[in-house]
Parts: sequence; C-alpha cells; structure tokens
Amino acid sequence: MITMRKIIILGATSGIALEVQRLLAREGRELLLVARSPQRLTEIQADLAARGAQQVLTYSADLASVQQHAGIFEFARRAFLDFDTVLLAYGSMHEQKDSETSVDTLLEELQVNFVSATAILTLFAADLERRRTGCLAAITSVAGDRGRRSNYVYGSSKGALSLFLQGLRSRLHPAGVRVITIKPGPVQTPMTDHLPNSARFANPEQVARDIVRALERRSPDVLYTPKFWRYVMSAVQHIPETIFKRLSF
Amino acid sequence: MRYGGPLAFEVSLLTFGTLTMPGQSAATVRRQVAASPLTEQVLSWGRYPKTAHRHVHKPAWNDQVADILRAAAPGSLLPYGLGRSYGDSCLNAGRELIDCRRLNRILGFDESTGVLRCESGVSLSDILDVFVPKGWYLPVTPGTRFVTIGGAIANDVHGKNHHCAGTFGAHVRQIGLHRSSDGLVICNSEENSDMMRATIGGLGLTGVIAWADIQLKRVAGPWIDSESIPFESLTTFLDLSRESDDRFEYTVAWLDCFAGKHPRGIFFRGNHAVKRGKEFHPKRGPKLPFALPAWMLNRYSVKAFNTAYYKIHAAKKSAAVVPYDSFFYPLDSIRQWNLLYGKQGFLQYQCVIPETNVAAVEELLDRIARSGLGSFLGVLKQFGSVPPAGMLSFPRPGLTIALDFAMRGERTLKLMQSLDELVQQSGGAIYPAKDARMSPALFDVSFPRWRGFVPYIDPKMSSSFWRRVTGAQ
Repeated sequence: MITMRKIIILGATSGIALEVQRLLAREGRELLLVARSPQRLTEIQADLAARGAQQVLTYSADLASVQQHAGIFEFARRAFLDFDTVLLAYGSMHEQKDSETSVDTLLEELQVNFVSATAILTLFAADLERRRTGCLAAITSVAGDRGRRSNYVYGSSKGALSLFLQGLRSRLHPAGVRVITIKPGPVQTPMTDHLPNSARFANPEQVARDIVRALERRSPDVLYTPKFWRYVMSAVQHIPETIFKRLSF
Repeated sequence: MRYGGPLAFEVSLLTFGTLTMPGQSAATVRRQVAASPLTEQVLSWGRYPKTAHRHVHKPAWNDQVADILRAAAPGSLLPYGLGRSYGDSCLNAGRELIDCRRLNRILGFDESTGVLRCESGVSLSDILDVFVPKGWYLPVTPGTRFVTIGGAIANDVHGKNHHCAGTFGAHVRQIGLHRSSDGLVICNSEENSDMMRATIGGLGLTGVIAWADIQLKRVAGPWIDSESIPFESLTTFLDLSRESDDRFEYTVAWLDCFAGKHPRGIFFRGNHAVKRGKEFHPKRGPKLPFALPAWMLNRYSVKAFNTAYYKIHAAKKSAAVVPYDSFFYPLDSIRQWNLLYGKQGFLQYQCVIPETNVAAVEELLDRIARSGLGSFLGVLKQFGSVPPAGMLSFPRPGLTIALDFAMRGERTLKLMQSLDELVQQSGGAIYPAKDARMSPALFDVSFPRWRGFVPYIDPKMSSSFWRRVTGAQ
C-alpha cells in the first residue's frame, strides 16, 4: 500500500471520473475536483460529501485553456496542501470525419487531448518531483496504440499522450513519483452513447474499480481496463502495416 | 466471463465510426433522435411485452433534461429508471424514453430532520448503502431495493408497513419537476400541491422528476426482529394480520397458490431491532446468467418447491434477528431472477380486494389453483386505511395478492381475464406497475379519478400503458 489521501481530479465531470470519485469518497478520501461547469461541480460535491468523502473542494476552469492552468495549480497548492495524487480524466472525441475536413476541429482535438494535458501534467510533475512523493495518472485510450482509418485523430492525440507519460515516468522514477498510463477500451459513458454496440461496452464502475486499484498499488505502470484489452492490442499492434493499411476499422 | 466475447467482436469495437459529443442543445437532441433507428429494445421486469423504442435519451445532468423536453414532439417521451415495473407502464413503444439512471446524485441531507434530497435516478439500494450505517432507513420500501426514487414516486410504491406508514408518496416532502412548458416546477404541500398529488403515483406522465425530498426514518441498526408463523386458511391469516398490526411495523405473507380455497402460507412480521446482531456484511448473491428453458417451470416443479418452502419455514425457529436485506429483499439475492420464466417472460398479477369480500379472495385463489398456472412467488398483505397520497395511487383498504404467471400465451391471458372479473365485481383494483393487459373498462372503474388526472399530464409525455388503458394517442 502507498499513500493516497488527497486526490486532484482534472475533468471531474467526465463519465469515468464520476465513478472513480464515488469509490474514493466511499474510502473517505479528500478530493479536489476541477471541471468547467460550476453548477455540475456543486452537484457532485454534495453527492461525494454525502457518500463519505472527508473533504471535497471544487475549482471551476476550462482545462483545455492552458492560460487557466496556473490558476488551478496555485489553488491546489494553497487550498489543497500536500496533495499526493493527480488524475487527469478529461478528453474530447469529435467525429473523425469532421477532423479530416476541418483543420480547426483537428487542432482543437489535439489541443484538448494532448497539448493542454501535457501542459498541466508538467506543472504538477515539477511539484511532486520536488516533494519526492505522489502519483500522476492520466486516462489515455487503447485507440492510441495503433493509428486506424476510422479514428486516427483521436487515437494519435491519446497515443501521443501515452508516449509523453512514458518519458515522464522515466524522468520521475528517481524521485519516487509514480506515473500511471490508463488505457480503457470503449466504456459506456456519455462520450460513447452514440456508437454502434455501445450497450456492450465496459461498465464505467468496473473501469473505475480497476483505476482505483491501480492508484492504490505499486504496479502496473500501464493499466489496460478491462484487462483483456492488453492482449487484444498486443495482437493488433503486431499486424504488419502492409496488411493493416488495407483494414477498414 | 464479464468482458467475454470473441476477439472478432472486441476488434469490431475499435470501429469508432460515428462519434458525437454528448447532446448539449435541443437541436443536437433532435438530430440524435432522427438518426436513431426504431430498434432500441427496452424491456420491463416481466420481459413482456417486447417493445422497440425510437430512441433512449441518457442525460447525465439535470441541465440536459430541459433540452430533451424542448426538442421532443408531443406525447413522445417517458422517464425510465431501473425498469422494475413488470408490465408496460415504464415503456413507450415506438417512441422515446429518458433513461434517468445517470441522474443519481445525493444533493443534500439534513441530519437534524432526516430529510434527504436526491436526484430521481438514485436507487433505494444506494440510499440504503449510504444511510443505514448512519442509522437511517427508508420510510417505505418495496420488495426490491433496485428501484429508483423516480420510480418509487411515480408508482407510489408500498411495502410491508403499509398498515402504519401508508405509501412511499406519503413521505415525499417536496419534488422538483421538469415540465416541458413551465421549466422546473417546485411542488410541496403548499405550492403546487395538486401537481404533487398528480406526480405521486402519476406513472411518470406529469414530467421528469429532477429531485425529491424524502423523509427518512431513524433506526437503531441494520437488524430486524422477525417472526414467521405458518397458517392454513384465509381466516387464520386475517386473524394473524389484525392481531399483528398494532405490535409489528412490518407484516406480509407468502402464499402457496396451489392450495386453493384454503391457502396455506407463512406469515412474516417484524420490527427494527434495538439490539445488535452479529457482524453485518451485506452480500451480493449469484446471478441467473440466461433465460431458463420454459419447460423447467411446470406445475410439478413449482408444487414441489412450494411444499418444500412451506415445510422448511413451518419447521424453522419462528423468531430470529435477521439482517434487513434478507427480511425485506429475499429475491434480490438472485440477480435477474426474472429470467427464471424463460424467453417469453412473465406477468405479475397484483390486485386488491376489499376485506368485506373474503369470498371473492377465496374464489380467486381457487381459480388460480385449478388452472395450475400459478407460480411460487405468491404474496399476501393486508393494506391499511391510510388515505392515498396520489391521485392514481393503487393501495386501498383490503387484501392485496401478488402472483407471478409465466407467459404461456392465450391460456395465461384467459385466466387473468377471469380473475379480472372477480376483482371488478368485488370493487377491487389492479396495480398499474404490474400490469400489461388489464382492460380500459377495468381501469376506468378502479381508478375513477383518472379523468381528473389528465390535465396534469405533461403534453410531451405518454406511455404504452396509458395509451392502452385510456385510448390516448
């Protein structure tokens, strides 16, 4: 077991984050929730307090906007002293077709999923490295393991984030700061409701349980959830490119 | 295997073809509905009837509900919770549902008064998990913990304490109701009190409940002092029930429906225990993985089950301190028990018959026994005389009987029709939350106030049940 007492959630209103927060609340943790909508933050704050969280702070900001990051970081350092875990849980998924026809959409997707994510992780990484403690975790995606015709824009933004976390992990290892890459398969959340077969996607509660377990333990560095995705993606990654480029998925 | 499935399927999941962001505006909502084919099959607990829906909205936040209501065509929507209504009252065939399960936040709790405010998709199970350890219990609970607050209000559910506490609706202090025409309407005993009485037992037709204030009840702990007493006739049951009413908060009986005019059964009664029992560990039972083949449930297997159940309980020590779970929710320990009845599903028959008409109850039981169609989950309870909390509330003074019937086509429907005749003659009623087939005529005589309820229906709402029993479009 390692210390996990005070957790910052970046993107607290996302479908997976909501479930993670409930589990943490039940364990009596302290939480700082960051998301855009003050109204929604107030609603989950009340809920998590009722479910046993020892303290729930909220900070309303647009995480996609790098200019607002300093404010978030300062608030955390001032009001949420000695936080030990940061979970980045926000992301955006546009229709692939829109990113092919509009450079603005493409750049927005990269800005949210990669640029802004690396920016805020860098702020928190420096702080934890200096204090030589804690854990940084970020939700990327199995879609980042191989570029595919049907969603390579979302995939590459998440894949790039996974790569960034890989390097960050190595950098922070000597300081004893853990970095966890979380790669969920498709999960039943508002982000995926309109996909075909969404009823068969993983249950967010189950994914949240895997995430909380990973936060509480020393391993793994890379979490696939549900677990079978590790094997599926390993197989997908080994398909030769000459064949893969002909596949339509 | 929870995540099972062939590799081919998992790889096909990678096809993230048509992604959209969650609907934020009425225009987005309209586009989603238009894109959606008429194929979303949603079933009620009885798995009969089988209905396809046009679209199932899944709002995650209360602020999205207003957009859904604004975008909808008249008569196109119905809120849906955990789908524990047995028949078609939670369905809207060919139209749209609003799945409220993601609206599941506890918004506040007043320790001094015990009033809880929560969103409509919060389940009773959730409330028990959070509040029983703090020494609070639900004021009224049905026989399953897997219903939402919205569903408990919309069906004005009752429990084993009806004789002293009335229905669930009697403990709702305030409701925040999304209406398509007026936005969020606050209803309580002073403000919009008529809309409050329409919404309690209103089958989801008056709007979407955003949140509700529920009066919880103080208890000493999670334990119940329970007693079980075998009985072998209806008069013994009535004696037991009357004698227990003053001394026991909870009373109910299990009934062997194969015993005919002189039914045998087990009478259960209990109170919240003051003293502590052993260590309390809520547990999750096994799950029925798939629908059983229909032939497994026949009159011989059910008869054997009923006899064994009766003998075991008759022989057991009658008084015990038991965890609240096993006292209130014995069936919840087998998840998806509804699959027991096979692919065709089943119908539950729950009626109430005035006490002055014990002969009608006997005749009803006799017809069921002779048909050989009844099943093991027979329940008998004497309702109290507390006035109803809602305009369309089902409970009224008398004896209520609930029985499951596997769906075997015409045979099953014919039997239930013949039971309807008895109910109608005796001045009784059928419970809409359990019904998939009662006639408009029976609904009309047993819920005479339904015409007065009509003005409170939100113009954007409708349901399969409502269209069936009232002929509404």
